[in-house]
Amino acid sequence: MSVNANGHAETADAHAHGHADHGGAHHELPFWQKYIFSQDHKVIGIQYAVTALVFLFFGFTLMMLMRWQLAYPGRAMPFIGSLLTNGMPGGVMQPEFYNQLGAMHGTIMVFLGIVPLAVGGFGNYVMPLQIGAPDMAFPKLNMFSYWVFLPGGVVMLSSFLVEGGAAQSGWTSYPPLSDIATKGQTVWLLAMVLLITSSLLGSINFIVTIVQMRAKGLTMWRLPFFVWAQFVTSFLLLLAFPPLEAASVLQLMDRVAGTSFFLPSGLVISGEVLKVAGGGNPLLWQHLFWFLAHPEVYVLILPALGIVAEVLANNIRKPLWGYRLLVYATIFLGFMSFVVWAHHMFMTGMGTTMSTFFQTTTMIISIPSVIILTCFLISLYGANIRFTTPMLFAVAFLPMFAIGGLTGLPLGLTASDIYLHDTFYVIGHFHYVVAPGTIFAMFAGIYYWYPKATGRKMNDTLGRIHFWVSFVAINGVFMPMFFQGMAGLSRRLYDPTVYAHGRGVQPLNVVISWSVWLLALGQLPFIWNFFSSIRGGVKVSINPWDSTTLEWAAPSPPPHGNFLTDPVVYRDPYEYSVPGKATDFSPQFVEG
Amino acid sequence: MSDVAIPYSVKPHPVTGIPNGKFAIWLFLASEVMLFGALFSSYILLRTGAPSWPHGADELNVPLATVNTMVLITSSITMVMAWASLKMGSLSKYRLYMAATLACSAGFLVIKYIEYSTKFHHGHYPSTSNFFGIYFTLTGLHGIHIIGGILVNAYLMIFTGMWKTDREHFENRVENAGLYWHFVDLVWIFLFPSLYLL
Amino acid sequence: MDDKIYGYWLPVDVSKHGGGIDGLISVVHWFMLLLFVGWGIYFIWVLMKFRARPGHTALYQPVKASFSKYIEAGVVVFEAFLLFGLSAPIWAKYKNDPPKESEAVNVRIIAEQFAWNVVYPGKDGKFGRTAPEFVAADNLIGLDPNDPDGKDDVVMVNQLHVPVNKPVITTVSSKDVIHSWNIPVLRVKQDTIPGARIPVWFEAKETGHFEIACAQLCGLGHYRMRGDVIIESQADFDKFLAENAPAAPTAQAPAPTAPAQPVPTPPVAPEKKVTETPHH
Repeated sequence: MSVNANGHAETADAHAHGHADHGGAHHELPFWQKYIFSQDHKVIGIQYAVTALVFLFFGFTLMMLMRWQLAYPGRAMPFIGSLLTNGMPGGVMQPEFYNQLGAMHGTIMVFLGIVPLAVGGFGNYVMPLQIGAPDMAFPKLNMFSYWVFLPGGVVMLSSFLVEGGAAQSGWTSYPPLSDIATKGQTVWLLAMVLLITSSLLGSINFIVTIVQMRAKGLTMWRLPFFVWAQFVTSFLLLLAFPPLEAASVLQLMDRVAGTSFFLPSGLVISGEVLKVAGGGNPLLWQHLFWFLAHPEVYVLILPALGIVAEVLANNIRKPLWGYRLLVYATIFLGFMSFVVWAHHMFMTGMGTTMSTFFQTTTMIISIPSVIILTCFLISLYGANIRFTTPMLFAVAFLPMFAIGGLTGLPLGLTASDIYLHDTFYVIGHFHYVVAPGTIFAMFAGIYYWYPKATGRKMNDTLGRIHFWVSFVAINGVFMPMFFQGMAGLSRRLYDPTVYAHGRGVQPLNVVISWSVWLLALGQLPFIWNFFSSIRGGVKVSINPWDSTTLEWAAPSPPPHGNFLTDPVVYRDPYEYSVPGKATDFSPQFVEG
Repeated sequence: MSDVAIPYSVKPHPVTGIPNGKFAIWLFLASEVMLFGALFSSYILLRTGAPSWPHGADELNVPLATVNTMVLITSSITMVMAWASLKMGSLSKYRLYMAATLACSAGFLVIKYIEYSTKFHHGHYPSTSNFFGIYFTLTGLHGIHIIGGILVNAYLMIFTGMWKTDREHFENRVENAGLYWHFVDLVWIFLFPSLYLL
Repeated sequence: MDDKIYGYWLPVDVSKHGGGIDGLISVVHWFMLLLFVGWGIYFIWVLMKFRARPGHTALYQPVKASFSKYIEAGVVVFEAFLLFGLSAPIWAKYKNDPPKESEAVNVRIIAEQFAWNVVYPGKDGKFGRTAPEFVAADNLIGLDPNDPDGKDDVVMVNQLHVPVNKPVITTVSSKDVIHSWNIPVLRVKQDTIPGARIPVWFEAKETGHFEIACAQLCGLGHYRMRGDVIIESQADFDKFLAENAPAAPTAQAPAPTAPAQPVPTPPVAPEKKVTETPHH
């Protein structure tokens, strides 16, 4: 295994060895085939990741606008307010615009941000490399997935421009409210159909690739944990998304063809009897939606856990503790995620039998999460911990993910949920899981795999500034929400000071809002670092982190076709600090 | 342009025993089961929750639907025959059976069109009641699946160049299209009694 | 209204069933705190002790972590206790053991965008029939004018008066979209599902003047779908009912305060002033 920082020299070397089928990088493809309609999983992965990062940032700016209104209700927003004349006449935010921002923030972060980044971006780029495959099983389908996702995202954002503005019934789009909402909701549904289709095609591709295309010697029990996480995630996407597609079709019919699947008889909207056949059931939507959206939560978490596992293993310089336990826990988590959905619906008038069943499954699903976290924590014992930039994010992930998980307990128990349901406590809970949790893991992944994608490292000083500012700010954002929730403050309120119990915790809204804006400032070093390091970063070897998994056997960046010689796997994924070895890492791809 | 050789895109994988494409089509069908499963569950939930629900046979045209069921089953048989002809090396027979499959599929759509237009003529729209809502949604979505199948099958019937250059690959494609087609058939076998007869 | 009852943790609990809920919330939070602090101490300790430094190497052999197994088992057992020892029984007692209708004050709550219609059955103890076709500007809940049961029904908007120390059954429903009937100090929350009537009960143990909130996004006026709950002595409650009983010929009670705004109007800057006075 020759280790050489210069990818081009290696490609030529491979060509000399007669691996003609791997020499894709040599035929110079026209620009549009190489970078736009590319079939190379790495280019598609980067397309997904960059698009998703842009969407994430956009979704974040929506929240920054909302945060002004929450901190200073009814006050005109300086500068920016005067630009958004539609939603903020005179700079003052309108409630309908606030609701649009809220619904779109949730939708964008989940469906256009984290899923495409975690699965489309990291999964696409890293997974085939980690299993030693030349590409995904279906490169054209892979390209197609991206080119369905992107229009889906564009359609979703364009809904701000239609009459009445974007969807404003929350990211959960509960009917009847969503059925009678303005046109933006129809656009939302159409965009969802596109996004779901894209995810479905992607998940098929992932599963086939992982099962059929692993390198020689790479048994399922030798897979890096990240690949396992992607594998289970793909099954969740494959089986949980179709019910939402069904629900979207039904809601589209309600809105476009005048059916009343979600509309009971005798609705009176603004004093007028709604002229529909009636006989529908609004809870049907909630069942279909949460049947998707709970597995979806694990779609958001599992890839993050996978990334954290990779970064942790690499930086503790010892094998992950309880690898098989981790895998079993993940599979179990995947199964269980299909039978907990109705814990989102405890307040809909559920009987005791149903509620007991769903709170029991909810408590059960917390066990594998505890096991995974415990495995990570025990792995730290006896380690030799390097605090690299990706490691900082991975380490910070652990306690913040724990907060997110723990605060799920009082929500999953029906009796305490009576009080906490739909309060800011819920907002704090799931954001701790996906924002300081998943998004921190995403940052860890970006810093970790950046050298593979570019051949250069991102700047460490900027990375550390990014980390510390984000870490402080993000806790300033979400920690106060638990106290607001405890005080009984409902979520999705345009003006919380209407309520006395809202006025009591209003000072916290000012803290949260300023933390949000600080968090935004904290991202500037990252954005600068991300783009400037493409050309200005320090050049590094193909395995700069002294890592053991297969992606580090390929040149940086890997050519089309990935590996210069077909990789062979000789050992488990995280063989660090093996006694009697010259180095403290024994890569999977090195014999002996 | 894909000059990267993907393993097992034609030959079966030694462990799973199937090539990538067939694996993918099974996964796709699994997700389709979830899609139609969700819709059937919605149907059951709406129907059991309704104070009254019409008897399918009173509202819908059972004889036409019975004919359509036969047409679709026939198309499944001709689809198998088409694939079998390929396996036995006869491209002309394959084309003939594929044409028969397409004819049946088109026949199905024509009959469906007649059914739909009669309903519209009598003032029965999706908005009329949840019974018609479910009827039009389920059969409409199934119809879209039929159209998708027609496009794929027509492509496979017309563009047979791969048969000469990459025979096994072509046979795999026809087999996969067949799997999909049987699934679409199967959905109808469920739709027919649950909508028309119950 | 007395803002001081609301702070940074659970507000005062004036319901008889709320003790269990509050107890569970505090047990769960102590448990969470214990786990988190325990984990946190270990976490910071390992990060410092096993940091990379010259001469330090990692241990290849996996540690025997029997201690963690005990902790995990402990977590499982405690979660089972939370579930079957606290949450499920509290929920079951609350949901399965409602007061008898004959012994309770019965109130119908009809939610709409963006107001709470509160209906008392009046002297006859029977609610009048309501139907969507009767809904009009002066008949927000759609009382059937031909139904004698409805003649004496008392209809209020955004104001719930209840007597103290007597069970109250509020049967919630909605005219349009899903709302959520939320009275934080009474530990009551119930989604109002259009097409369904769902009873939810409570018994107040203190008099006072508190807030009703909507907990489910119901449209642009969701934030101002606020109501008042006035818990008063039986005498005051009776007086309230008598004062608001409809005049003989018409079926409608005037909505005395806080008129509803069922038709979405361009929002004004939300009112900040507190119009009500403390009721104690």
